[in-house]
Amino acid sequence: MASKIDKVFYDIGRLEILAEQNSPIHRLDPRAKLLVTIFFVLAVVSYGKYAIADLLPFFLYPAIIIGLANLPVGYLLKKLLIVSPFVLFIGIFNPFIDREIMVQFGPLAISGGWVSFASLLLRFSLTVGAALLLIAITSFPAVCGALDKMGAPRILTVQLLMLYRYLFVLVEEGIRMIRAHALRSFSRRRPRYRIYLQLLGNLLLRTIDRAQRIHLAMLSRAFSGEIKTVRQFNFGRSELLFLLLATGALITLRTTHLTDLLGRLLLEISQ
Amino acid sequence: MSHHIVEVKDLAFTYPDRTPALQGISFRIHHGESVAIVGANGAGKSTLLLHLNGYLTPTGGQVRIGDYPLTRETLREVRRTVGMVFQDPDDQLFMSTVFDDVAFGPLNLDLPVDEVTARVDKALATVGLSHLKERPPHRLSSGQKRRVAIASVLSMAPDILVMDEPSSGLDPRARRQLIELLRSFHHTKIIATHDLDMVVDLCERTIVMHEGRVKADGPTMAIFGDAELLESCCLEKPLRMQGCPLCNK
Ligand SMILES: Nc1ncnc2c1ncn2[C@@H]1O[C@H](COP(=O)(O)OP(=O)(O)OP(=O)(O)O)[C@@H](O)[C@H]1O
Ligand SMILES: [Mg+2]
Repeated sequence: MASKIDKVFYDIGRLEILAEQNSPIHRLDPRAKLLVTIFFVLAVVSYGKYAIADLLPFFLYPAIIIGLANLPVGYLLKKLLIVSPFVLFIGIFNPFIDREIMVQFGPLAISGGWVSFASLLLRFSLTVGAALLLIAITSFPAVCGALDKMGAPRILTVQLLMLYRYLFVLVEEGIRMIRAHALRSFSRRRPRYRIYLQLLGNLLLRTIDRAQRIHLAMLSRAFSGEIKTVRQFNFGRSELLFLLLATGALITLRTTHLTDLLGRLLLEISQ
Repeated sequence: MSHHIVEVKDLAFTYPDRTPALQGISFRIHHGESVAIVGANGAGKSTLLLHLNGYLTPTGGQVRIGDYPLTRETLREVRRTVGMVFQDPDDQLFMSTVFDDVAFGPLNLDLPVDEVTARVDKALATVGLSHLKERPPHRLSSGQKRRVAIASVLSMAPDILVMDEPSSGLDPRARRQLIELLRSFHHTKIIATHDLDMVVDLCERTIVMHEGRVKADGPTMAIFGDAELLESCCLEKPLRMQGCPLCNK
């Protein structure tokens, strides 16, 4: 149990280390990357519920970024898989509800439900993948900084930053408690339900205590509600170029049917 | 100069759950003094320190920092004057990089960016960690964290340094480095600690607390020489003042 948490913990750290690299993509201003990610997500979710072919070309974006930013594909895919149960759960009923036949491949009939399920999976991988990528090329705190600079509510960005920073500490505290329990529970492998509740309650109390101490530490350093950094945000020529290229590509993808075109082209050549 | 005086008069504090943690504490610490606060677990040291920057409000008595009695109006000024290093550095390092953390205080004082950067660089150089500027604090060793915590306070240029168990959890070498570092500061220092050997190195004056009261207050060597006093407060002589256990001298 504890070792599993240890591993997840390590994995988050890994994402952070990825963000510390120094590739052309990493060097871009966080705001440019955040904007492009937002446009990308908007473009992807704007398709109808049966879209499949039109979504495929969008995988070019992660592919290009992963290439340029030198990221490990396997690791990112694994992260994606960890979150996928949620979307499977959301979409798994589609095939039962929507049984109308949509596509006919010879003897094989595919209902609308299956098509929309597949489309949902695609959209999920694209959007969540893009968010993961954003963190891997920008780092979470920098994303928060960009949000703040772009006018997101301050309370939100401060909360996000704190959440991120203390996630590590909280997980560590949780690990310590579970370890302490494991050491004294002898043969029992898993804590009983009631003990779990107690552990959780204890963790909550500790968290509140810690929050108070952190607040105190912030107050003693003249904190007044705004987290300031000297980080220079610099929206220069390369950011503009990146933004224009990416938005241009997204608009092109959104307004044309690239897969269709390609398919027709291939057909014509083969004829 | 009356500026950096810390004066505590009949200070009493009872926690909401009715634990009488402080029961009438009085002392006066002058500019540039280095004072240790020692006492058994639960003697009230941490509680006392939390009054010095106004985090806890006394249930009786008064705290004066410099020329101000500590009140709601002077709180901000007092917190700027008193730099507090907490027992757990994780509570103090909440930003995402070491640099941002050390810059946090000065930025809140609305200093210009150049000045902030200069202060951060100086503070980090003082604690010898300039090379870790860009690292996230949660991936440092505890000794490094402790030093970053000290730097984050130094960058505010406080007049008074208050520290709660600064040497706990450090290996002998990190502890030695910390002692050298603290010795090089000319601030007024108030250190609550169980590390009596460090007290011998750093503080000329010691205040002994026992069950929420000041049991003794005087020159460090005189206090540590008084075996009876130490015994009655559940303390032991610093190792270097004890006889050699191997040769029985
Ligand atoms: N948050 C709290 N609520 C209630 N009582 C508390 C709280 N914190 C401390 N106390 C009590 O106040 C008394 C003084 O505690 P304090 O933490 O000041 O001791 P200390 O001298 O710092 O001890 P240590 O050497 O263990 O750090 C103790 O009896 C303790 O149980
Ligand atoms: Mg304490």
